[in-house]
Amino acid sequence: MASEVNKQLGDNIFLTKLDAAASWARANSLWPMPFATACCGIELMSAAASRHDLSRFGSEVMRFSPRQCDLMIVAGRVVMKMLPVLQRIWLQMPEPKWCISMGACACSGGVFDTYAVVQGIDRFIPVDVYVPGCPPRPEQLIRSIIDLQEMIQAGGTFNAREFKRRDTPEGPDRFDEDELLRIRERNGLKLASPKYDPIH
Amino acid sequence: MSSPAKETLSVKLPNLVGYWSEFRGQWRVKIAVSSLLPVLRSLRNDAGFNQLTDLTCVDHLELAGATDRFELVYVLLNIESGERVIVKTFVNEPDLKVPSVTSIWFGADWLEREVYDMYGITFDGHPNFKRLLLPEGFASFPLRKDYPQQGRGERHNFPVITRAES
Repeated sequence: MASEVNKQLGDNIFLTKLDAAASWARANSLWPMPFATACCGIELMSAAASRHDLSRFGSEVMRFSPRQCDLMIVAGRVVMKMLPVLQRIWLQMPEPKWCISMGACACSGGVFDTYAVVQGIDRFIPVDVYVPGCPPRPEQLIRSIIDLQEMIQAGGTFNAREFKRRDTPEGPDRFDEDELLRIRERNGLKLASPKYDPIH
Repeated sequence: MSSPAKETLSVKLPNLVGYWSEFRGQWRVKIAVSSLLPVLRSLRNDAGFNQLTDLTCVDHLELAGATDRFELVYVLLNIESGERVIVKTFVNEPDLKVPSVTSIWFGADWLEREVYDMYGITFDGHPNFKRLLLPEGFASFPLRKDYPQQGRGERHNFPVITRAES
């Protein structure tokens, strides 16, 4: 079949699996969400700026709204007051999504082994790539994004969750017609055929 | 040599002068908690100390020679003359109440809240008394010397979001 198509159309068309095409598209259009809390954030900005130019790797569109992002870059230490915010932002990001833990503090708490600093964000949210360094150089961050792109391409659809068949509708509960009937019965307004009676 | 602040205080409040000492031109005075408010108000109104530069606290737990546990330190500055004076007072464990000085210097607002945050000393008469830096539900006072540096599990006490749940 494939060779027949190739004979007819030449190199103008290629066949692949939907998963592979989707992963290819996703890997090359990452939209990072910068969660920069400390000096790693400066290196993150430097990676996106003209000298290191993250846009060469298809992930330059930094968005400061989690609803528009699919890659969270946690750059810097996260304290216990900030962690609920981090978790909330992570939950607000649409699927599929990935997380890069940038720098020693985000990975393990770094030198800040105190009551206030979370000892590694991977204790509380999932992390895909860890970048060591204090702070890591922009090249290291770019390397981690390339690794993540390879991971996304090799991994197929993420969890297969977004293509999973959904039998039950997701959203607000449906309007309960029987509730109206119960209210009418309580008020002594029993009708002959209540099921198809208009509301008033 | 004597401090102008001490002379003013000995004229205005002769029975609340306190214990004064000097180290390399810096004047310190130790007073009781009960005389804190009149002394500070007199230093502000009569001696011209119109700025509360800092308000902090020291925990003397298990320090050799210390008789009281918490030492409150008020650093005052007279902006016109450049004169500084440091007022110290002491409180102990069951009764950690100190009158608020927000009626004298309104800038004491956040300073007093920070001292409460870190040492658990309460300030009577503060207009908005709650924690400043730490979250509302925090139970301990971390700069006390009997608080462990790694905390009592506050940094680990969060729900874990797994890949399947997010």
